[in-house]
Amino acid sequence: MTVMLAGAASSPWSWNLIDDVRDMWSYPFMVNAFRAGSIVAVVAGVVGWFMVLRKQTFAGHTLAISAFPGAAAATLLGVSATAGYFAFAVAAAIVVSVAARPGTRFSEESAVIGTVQAFALACGYLFVSLYKGFLNSVTAPLFGSSFAITNDQVVTLGLVAVATFAVLAVIGRPLFFASVDSDVAAARGVQVRLHNAVFLVVLGAAAAEASQIAGALLVFSLLVMPAATAQLVSAKPAVSLGLTVVLALLVTWAGLVLAYYALYPLGFCISSFAFGLYLLARAGRRVA
Amino acid sequence: MSDFLSQAFVQHALLAGTAVALAAGLAGYFLVLRAQIFTADALGHVAYTGALGALAFGVDPRLGLLLATVLTAFGLAGAARHSRPDDVVIGSTFGWLLALGSFFLTLFTTRPPTSSTGNGVANISYLFGSIFGLSGDQAGLVAAIALGAAALIVIGARPLLFASLDEAVAAARGVPVRVLGVGFLVLVGVICAQATQAVGALLLLGLVAAPAGAAHRLTSRPFIGMAAAALIAIASMWVGLIVSFYTSSIPPSFAILAAATLGYVVSAVATGSQGHSASGDTGRLGGRLFQGATHVRRSSHRSTGASPSGRRAGRTRPHHP
Repeated sequence: MTVMLAGAASSPWSWNLIDDVRDMWSYPFMVNAFRAGSIVAVVAGVVGWFMVLRKQTFAGHTLAISAFPGAAAATLLGVSATAGYFAFAVAAAIVVSVAARPGTRFSEESAVIGTVQAFALACGYLFVSLYKGFLNSVTAPLFGSSFAITNDQVVTLGLVAVATFAVLAVIGRPLFFASVDSDVAAARGVQVRLHNAVFLVVLGAAAAEASQIAGALLVFSLLVMPAATAQLVSAKPAVSLGLTVVLALLVTWAGLVLAYYALYPLGFCISSFAFGLYLLARAGRRVA
Repeated sequence: MSDFLSQAFVQHALLAGTAVALAAGLAGYFLVLRAQIFTADALGHVAYTGALGALAFGVDPRLGLLLATVLTAFGLAGAARHSRPDDVVIGSTFGWLLALGSFFLTLFTTRPPTSSTGNGVANISYLFGSIFGLSGDQAGLVAAIALGAAALIVIGARPLLFASLDEAVAAARGVPVRVLGVGFLVLVGVICAQATQAVGALLLLGLVAAPAGAAHRLTSRPFIGMAAAALIAIASMWVGLIVSFYTSSIPPSFAILAAATLGYVVSAVATGSQGHSASGDTGRLGGRLFQGATHVRRSSHRSTGASPSGRRAGRTRPHHP
């Protein structure tokens, strides 16, 4: 089922923020939720910033969702869930990046991505039906699991974050160049295809690992919405990248607080804040 | 085979499934042509929110499905400055709407089940479909609506093709591209609402994308391509239903999607690295279709061919109000 943090609140929301935070953080699972949420927000924000810039939202959604068959296959085969997530996300990333080779028509790329996504989900459904498990396990990888986040999971998330930033630090500049103008970048010797493939694999791996804890749906919200908002607000890359991370952290914390005090699922809370900011940015841009 | 066809639930599934596959194949052909597959993805996810919202508020879920997909189609079309919304708008919107679906799910599952099937089952059937569970009335209604939507697409095929291939030229020649774009998306919304009842909100994308992708690879002739997309979708549906019926452990939604995916893979392998219509003869295609409208070609695809990940129509096409 969805991540439900509510019911645990020992005292209702007061407008004394310090007391509220102290109350929330008296629970170890809330401390871990804030740690994991912050890591996911920063990783998803940075990777999502490139994703939005490259107009690969559809691919990002597909890769985030391929966490679901990965989880289902791992459960069916009795192997570690992490291995399942990574195997499917990386395989999907490779198929999508092969389909996006130069010369292929854009519309065909979207047909391939759509096919990959639907087939991945269908595989997940098959694995779940073969496993004949608890029905709610279907929605757990999509909307997040109810398990309290363990210290180990926070450490794993941190390692994935470090690996993601390491790869992005290496490919970041040429990737940005290729994203803004792939023709000129290719002419200047940037290996556009290779960078695209590496980026998709990073996107898939980061999305898969984060989905394991937060659910594919929430991860996608954090990938697309803060970055879209920030890129509406500022055209300067450094400013909008920084703003993306700040916004992702803010909506995650606000969502965690709301989910703690109200009876709403965490994914819904976080994406509502993120979507609200996005709508504000669009409205503000229209007025300006 | 006789024991397959003699079952009432199989007959219902074939009736609804064939109509849905026909409509999804036809709509998919244009969605691929217009690079709007992501929109169909969004409408499919939103269908889930609509069904769960209707269940949470005690309304007929089929009404919720239809309302959600049609309103979202209007909203996405309205949010776009051109007749095609861009990917960030779609992604942000349905990301949140799907979250709203999870919110409705908690509302719905935290109240006592109203039927013997239980609330968890209803949730799964909207996510992944329950085509063998359709009653005769349900299947009839799904088939009627899907066939109606398919007929409207066939009727509007010629202007829609023109508008899809070159919006600017079509607009200049008096084709109402904006109305066509919105109307087409609304029809896709209606089809998604019907397909959700057959293969589920998450899987209908495959029925739309895979047969159409295969058709676009196999032929560059638009009307043959439309027919091919519809036929491949229908064949996938039948193969899926038969396989699922005889294996019992494989759910129909997976078998249908696997057949459709296989169809795409076979056509991609058969046509090699360069698909038929990827060889750049869309100019001939446009010329054949619309005599006098010469130089109809998909300039945006050609000029930005080296950056398939980049720039979608909205930016590269000139805006003609």
